[in-house]
Amino acid sequence: MSILVNKDTKVIVQGFTGKEGTFHAEQCIAYGTKIVGGVTPGKGGQEHLGQPVFNTVEEAVRATGATVSMIFVPPAFVSDAVMEAADAGISLAVIITEGAPVKDMMFAKAYAVKKDMMTIGPNCPGIITADECKIGIMPGFIFKKGNIGLISKSGTLTYESANQVVKEGFGITTAVGIGGDPIIGLSYKQLLPMFEADPETHAIVMIGEIGGDLEIQAAAYIKEHITKPVVAFIAGQTAPAGKRMGHAGAIISGGAGTAAEKMAALEAAGVKVVVSPADIGKAIAEVMGKLKK
Amino acid sequence: MNIHEYQAKELFKKYNVPTLRGHIAFTPDEAVKAAQELGGNIWVVKAQIHAGGRGLGGGVKLAKSTSEVREMAAQILGMQLVTHQTGPEGKLVQKVYIEEGADIKKEYYLGLLLDRALKMPIMMASTEGGMAIEEVAHNTPEKIIKVSIDPLTGFQSFHGRKLAFGLGLPVEEINTFIKFASALYKVYMDHDAEMIEINPLVKTGDGKFLALDAKMGFDNNALYRQSQVNEMRDLSEEEPTEIEAGKFGLSYIKLDGDVGCMVNGAGLAMGTMDTINYEGGKPANFLDVGGSASAETVAKGFEIILKDPNVKAIFVNIFGGIVRCDRVANGIIEATKITNVNVPVIVRLDGTNAIEAAEILNNAGIANIVAATDLADGARKAVAAAKGE
Repeated sequence: MSILVNKDTKVIVQGFTGKEGTFHAEQCIAYGTKIVGGVTPGKGGQEHLGQPVFNTVEEAVRATGATVSMIFVPPAFVSDAVMEAADAGISLAVIITEGAPVKDMMFAKAYAVKKDMMTIGPNCPGIITADECKIGIMPGFIFKKGNIGLISKSGTLTYESANQVVKEGFGITTAVGIGGDPIIGLSYKQLLPMFEADPETHAIVMIGEIGGDLEIQAAAYIKEHITKPVVAFIAGQTAPAGKRMGHAGAIISGGAGTAAEKMAALEAAGVKVVVSPADIGKAIAEVMGKLKK
Repeated sequence: MNIHEYQAKELFKKYNVPTLRGHIAFTPDEAVKAAQELGGNIWVVKAQIHAGGRGLGGGVKLAKSTSEVREMAAQILGMQLVTHQTGPEGKLVQKVYIEEGADIKKEYYLGLLLDRALKMPIMMASTEGGMAIEEVAHNTPEKIIKVSIDPLTGFQSFHGRKLAFGLGLPVEEINTFIKFASALYKVYMDHDAEMIEINPLVKTGDGKFLALDAKMGFDNNALYRQSQVNEMRDLSEEEPTEIEAGKFGLSYIKLDGDVGCMVNGAGLAMGTMDTINYEGGKPANFLDVGGSASAETVAKGFEIILKDPNVKAIFVNIFGGIVRCDRVANGIIEATKITNVNVPVIVRLDGTNAIEAAEILNNAGIANIVAATDLADGARKAVAAAKGE
């Protein structure tokens, strides 16, 4: 078991034949992901990485039965690609592209909701179910199979946390990089119940950062609905107000969105909050009741 | 990216969002000329910097004669204006906006920004014009009226009515307000703005609404298609090192500590700063070198970090995913040849090919490079090195 994706998930790639799309699709295939084709308008009928290329997402879905699309198209064309996927009946779009205009994503997400399509990202490392399916750009070898679910706004902090969890003798069910943009798709509040319902997941790591209030909403949700232990880290405790810390969404504005308020809310919800990201693995060991000395 | 008040008002004018007439001035002479052109017998001299709270800091003054305009412009131009948003060092005022006076009957607040959870713009209004909206939200949240606007259908009259009735406006003023708010929404959407704030929005004696102040911020990801906004960029309002870093694809923000950091990924970069803090040190900067961490970007990173004389040690924290640590290690060695690094450099490389990377660094035998085993170890060593231990 896992959440959202597994070894049977059929995936197409939008922006399949581009440099990024090619490189990462190849890595995903090597990991074992069922990449069943891709879309590059104008290159329909060709073959790429041993898989068929289609002109439209609709054709690709019809021919392959894919339910998930991994999107690598350039920022200016992302919203178009997301809407095309939604229109073609894709059920989950994983948007890797960095730098998409916020307004475009606003329209794309509104359309996706209308068409009942889930999205992850943009500007994210993607989603991985250990040893089964990798849809994104994360280094697969870090994610050893185990019983910890992981949700993170940051790519490299996802790798850092997974690595620590593995070093403590545990492993990952599914890890989801939800992205650090102001507008993102699936977030803590939607993913937490999925992990709660997944019998294989025993505990959850949640990595947040300054800006917005998704973590605060997650805290409220955890308090009411999550029975599994949750370990959390919020990046940006030392970030100055009003400055954008790399991620477009990572900004403390008007005194709101600070790490301190998020940490307090999570702690009040019974979450084990670590102050240093170096302690994520240890905290998991602790909540899993087998702290190694 | 942010723009000045006078620039935001230029955009407002194009969309028939009412503002007062005004001119920009770089010298007291120009200020007087601007006042003469505007006519009347009362003017406001307003410092133009990218920060709020200018009035309280002494950057906005009322003048009742052209000689007073000259006097006030001379005072404000060239001053280091300190507000709650500038930091203690303040910001140098290089231009003033000379605006005609207005018959103000009542002040309101009107703002537009993105609601990240709803994934749509919200418009906020309040009767508490002139006050910081954060304070109003904190002390009297019931005095803020919010409407969320579905981008698929846009601003509708009912949004305006809800705000107007919420503000307690008399019926005969509702339509004027709706027109104002609707035009403002168009300014927001058409320019890929991430925030517009009018504080105060004023009602004049004859029942008109005016944007007395204007603050606008934009989505950096959309600047490629906003040439008009791009032309308004004022580089003198930004940190020179941050601009320089940006040219090389590095995301750099200067802080006030003494442990420099160079990290791949924004989240890990923030996490590294937090770890340094946790271990008893103070980070000197935020620096995300991006995915590649090549010799050239690492060298540039060193150069930018070392421009800050406070830096006593550098912590390089790279988690190699797709990028292989052995290549990063070679990059670091190359970088020390390109840039003279005269402080201890603590290097933590984890992930793909980390073992090979450690060997490469050890074999290179560079005296001021210290290897660290993990995040905590690296932070501890860097903090100790910065303290001279």
